[in-house]
Amino acid sequence: MTHSGTLRRKQSHGIEESKPRHVPWRVIQALKGSSFTWIYVIGFAFFVITPIIMSLRVVLYSEKKSGLGLGQATETFVGMDNLVQALHDATFWTGLGRVALYSVIVVPLTQFVSLVMALLIDSVKAKTAARFRILLLLPYMTPGIVATIIWIYLYSPTTSPLKWTGLNFFGSNMVWFSMGQMAFWAGLGFNMLIMYGSLQSIPFEIIEAARLDGASEVRIAFSIKVPFMVGSVTLTTLLSIIGTLQLFDQPFFFRSISPQTITKDFTPAMQIYNQAFQVGNINYATALSLLLAAILCIASIVVYTLQGKVNRA
Amino acid sequence: MTAVASARRKRTGKPQEIGESTANQVKGTSKYFVLGLLVVLALYAVAPLWWLIVAITKSTGTIYTTNGLWFASKFNLFQNLHDLFTYQDGIYSTWLWNTVWLSFVTSAGAMLVTVAAGYALAKYRFYGKTLIMGLIMASFIIPGTLLTVPSFILFQKVGLYDNWWVMILPAMFTPMDAYLAKVYAQGAVPDELMEAARIDGAGEYRIFYSISWKLMVTPAATIFLLHFVAAWNSFMWPMIFLKDYHKWTVMLGLQSWIARGTDSQYDLTMLVITGAFISMIPVVILMIAMQRYWKSGVTIGSLK
Repeated sequence: MTHSGTLRRKQSHGIEESKPRHVPWRVIQALKGSSFTWIYVIGFAFFVITPIIMSLRVVLYSEKKSGLGLGQATETFVGMDNLVQALHDATFWTGLGRVALYSVIVVPLTQFVSLVMALLIDSVKAKTAARFRILLLLPYMTPGIVATIIWIYLYSPTTSPLKWTGLNFFGSNMVWFSMGQMAFWAGLGFNMLIMYGSLQSIPFEIIEAARLDGASEVRIAFSIKVPFMVGSVTLTTLLSIIGTLQLFDQPFFFRSISPQTITKDFTPAMQIYNQAFQVGNINYATALSLLLAAILCIASIVVYTLQGKVNRA
Repeated sequence: MTAVASARRKRTGKPQEIGESTANQVKGTSKYFVLGLLVVLALYAVAPLWWLIVAITKSTGTIYTTNGLWFASKFNLFQNLHDLFTYQDGIYSTWLWNTVWLSFVTSAGAMLVTVAAGYALAKYRFYGKTLIMGLIMASFIIPGTLLTVPSFILFQKVGLYDNWWVMILPAMFTPMDAYLAKVYAQGAVPDELMEAARIDGAGEYRIFYSISWKLMVTPAATIFLLHFVAAWNSFMWPMIFLKDYHKWTVMLGLQSWIARGTDSQYDLTMLVITGAFISMIPVVILMIAMQRYWKSGVTIGSLK
């Protein structure tokens, strides 16, 4: 309608540049307006769209290098072989299972504890949290890699103030706990204050009305505050579970301390990195990336769809 | 958005005080319980950082033998700093400087590009807009891991491998930021104001840099800050794309030191600890200085 009209006029503008008197001001305005997006669109097309399209081609080929890998690489078309191999890759599924289990425990636990803490602060005194705010936010302000480095030394049997416990934090039984505890530390204060912030936006009249009706603070928390928060907390939880499935930095750092426990294929992202840049099998790494991406995309779509349904209901 | 937020603050501001007094009347002991819980949480949050502050004042010997949570008798901080900045001809300062300017340029670039794009997507009607919006929304669900390997092939072909631009350009076109800027511009830049400026004879570009830009400071600062922190913290990307260690960033360098552990009997632990501490200072200062922006950023994000 209007759009196609604009199109026709814009195209004609392009061709008949020599006759500017035919160009209505509205077209110039649209053109100038759209020019704000040009750099973004070019960059987006090159750095986001192009790699995606390329991955769809790369996955269909296999590369063989002659000699010691120094000779010219020859590309052969293998069709779906890479993807089929990825689908049957036990290492990939084990790694995915590991991270899935980890994120399904750590993420909801962090969110749950944050919510409980936010409710406690909200029910008692509004200004108390403000006094602790900067301290509670320090873990969030610490760059993630620095936090990982600190915890590596706090877990290390040589430098740790926790060495009296005798626990081996890098052992195969403990390593997930160690990483989870680290994520919990980094996220707790921030999540808690965000939730506390949204609890403050509950209309006060509702809570006051409940109080006048004789509802206890606990009852108010469960019947008013929790239902108010539950939607956004669930969405955040699900999306950050999906994000955590791409875990790479933390286990990679742990691997430099404890390579026996954290294998090179410990998480799917680590396996992709290893295949692409250590083994040098770019095509297979692309297949694994596409498989992981497909799983994450489906999960995101399910989450967003459910969220939409809940919002409409 | 700011208007809405401040209105909300005003609305809840006064009744809160009433609520507080009511709550205090009801609660006596539980107030102290929650206060105690907050103290415990604050200690939990601060303890690892306290350990770091204590650790950077120790020497290679005392770090292993003394209590981790209290200072050793010998104050070794200046020696550690000296060692850090002179090790391998001061490679740490090269990494630090790389990280500073790369993070700054990346986030400034991302801010300019995505705010302009979001503004146009919110305020103008033009051919292709629906398609651009559709692609932006669709790419939300594309995980970052998918892009890494094909980007590697692409960048090798176009000469971006082991090149500074590989750290700057790909981060500038994040779909989420363009979306954030668009949503914000819809609420913050009134059509009437733009119309009035047009009647006064201002061109579209003039309107942007004289009026609209100033109304979009909040999303711009948020995008800048989030990108700065992300760039500062990026690890996998520089590890894959930067080969020459003179081009590395701090985080990559620190990881290489951890992985090496000792360098011909020279224990690198103190260098890693001191280096980690120095590398967090700029980010913490920036985060504290720009607190109101990352908080509002979180709020905008949750509204989508």
